[in-house]
Amino acid sequence: MRLSPDDIIFWQYGFIKLNATIVFTWAVMLVLAVGSTVITRHLSTGLKRSRWQNLLEIVVTAIQGQIEEVGLSQPHKYLSFLGTIFLFVATASLCTIIPGYEPPTGSLSTTVALALCVFVAVPLFGIEEQGVGGYLKSYLKPTVIMLPFNIISELSRTLALAVRLFGNMMSGAMIVGILLTITPFIFPIVMSLLGLLTGMVQAYIFSILATVYIAAAIRTRQREPQPEPGGK
Amino acid sequence: MLIDWFTVAAQALNFLILVWLLKRFLYKPILNALDAREKRIAAELADADAKKAEARQERDEFQRKNEEIDQQRAALLTKSEEDATVERQRLLNEARKESDDLRTKWQEALRSEHQSLSEELTRRTREEVFAIARKTLADLATTNLEEQMTDAFIRRLHKLDSAERGELESAFKAASTPAIVRSTFDLPSAQRSAIEGVVKDVLAIETHVQFETAPDLVSGIELSANGHKVAWSIGNYLASLQKHVDDLLNVPPKAATKAIAPPEQQANG
Repeated sequence: MRLSPDDIIFWQYGFIKLNATIVFTWAVMLVLAVGSTVITRHLSTGLKRSRWQNLLEIVVTAIQGQIEEVGLSQPHKYLSFLGTIFLFVATASLCTIIPGYEPPTGSLSTTVALALCVFVAVPLFGIEEQGVGGYLKSYLKPTVIMLPFNIISELSRTLALAVRLFGNMMSGAMIVGILLTITPFIFPIVMSLLGLLTGMVQAYIFSILATVYIAAAIRTRQREPQPEPGGK
Repeated sequence: MLIDWFTVAAQALNFLILVWLLKRFLYKPILNALDAREKRIAAELADADAKKAEARQERDEFQRKNEEIDQQRAALLTKSEEDATVERQRLLNEARKESDDLRTKWQEALRSEHQSLSEELTRRTREEVFAIARKTLADLATTNLEEQMTDAFIRRLHKLDSAERGELESAFKAASTPAIVRSTFDLPSAQRSAIEGVVKDVLAIETHVQFETAPDLVSGIELSANGHKVAWSIGNYLASLQKHVDDLLNVPPKAATKAIAPPEQQANG
């Protein structure tokens, strides 16, 4: 039984291979890039604008609003990274309605890659905000004893990110596949709808968790000059 | 093995490329457009505020001008009312003056008419009286008026008291011109010589008497010298008649009514 689109290999040359994950990722990338280019080519700055521009503005401002709500005071700085995570995962899930499509997020390799990106981005944003020393000091808080736990937490949450997304996406595709063999009518459609919902929720969860991690890495410094009221 | 590390690396790279692509083609243009729109809306709002302020200012200006015009109109109205009052008063005064003038003229004309009427009446009465007297004398006493009047004048001269006679004498003596006898009618020579004789007798002076006819003399004969005169005329009778006539004409309506009231009422009264 095929668990991952990694197993569908179109072309291989030694270590290098071109599997369905990469191909569908390219497809999603193409859709996003070309769609954005076409829509943003003629942007209107007036009060009258096209529906597609309206849609993109709603999406972008919604993402920006979410980032700001989590606690990042300069959302435009993190918009590219966090917004792309959301849009990629959401688009990858939405495309499951196309027959023959395999979501790249159903591959553990993809989710691990995304989690690794978050794993690398969090300290980078933290260091950018408070310097190397300041960021590394945050691992020693509240005490030095917490250092191993902090490191374990960092690794485990990255792993959790990857596995959560993979599990959800893979199971969705898997359930639809299994159900198609058992009850080929109606029920798979319902499950597909559920899969779409799950995909959107996962996209939201993945991006919001990444936002929270980045906010946590940055906020450590922001909290320092403000002593807690009542010494609590 | 679920994780293919080549795929992981490729996907990480793909993701980074996608980040760049979306930043280049999605986030930046959209955010720029949003910023531009926000700026434009802000500018439009500022412009609207400015226009509102301008409109308010213009409205205030308009109200101020309106009030000014109202005040000017009220002032003009008051002034024209005052002018009209003054003009009215002036016209009234003029009209009153004209009316007074007219009344004065009218009264003057009435008085003069009354006087001329009175004179005419006197003249006509005199003529009538003379005519009647002449006719009556001729019919009843077979004598004429002129003779009787001359006789009456002569009697008057005879009846002069000593004081009057003395004054007359001295006047005649002092006079440089001869004594003049005026009469309404031309005196016949008999009467002339009779008068001349009487003057000489009564006044005991030698004087030449000059006779003149004066139709305007009130019905009679007069002798005058150096401002003194002795006369007989029916002027007194006429004056008495005129007085009676005037009294009759000037009786107030009430008195006139009383005068014509029935006898028993007069007796009772």
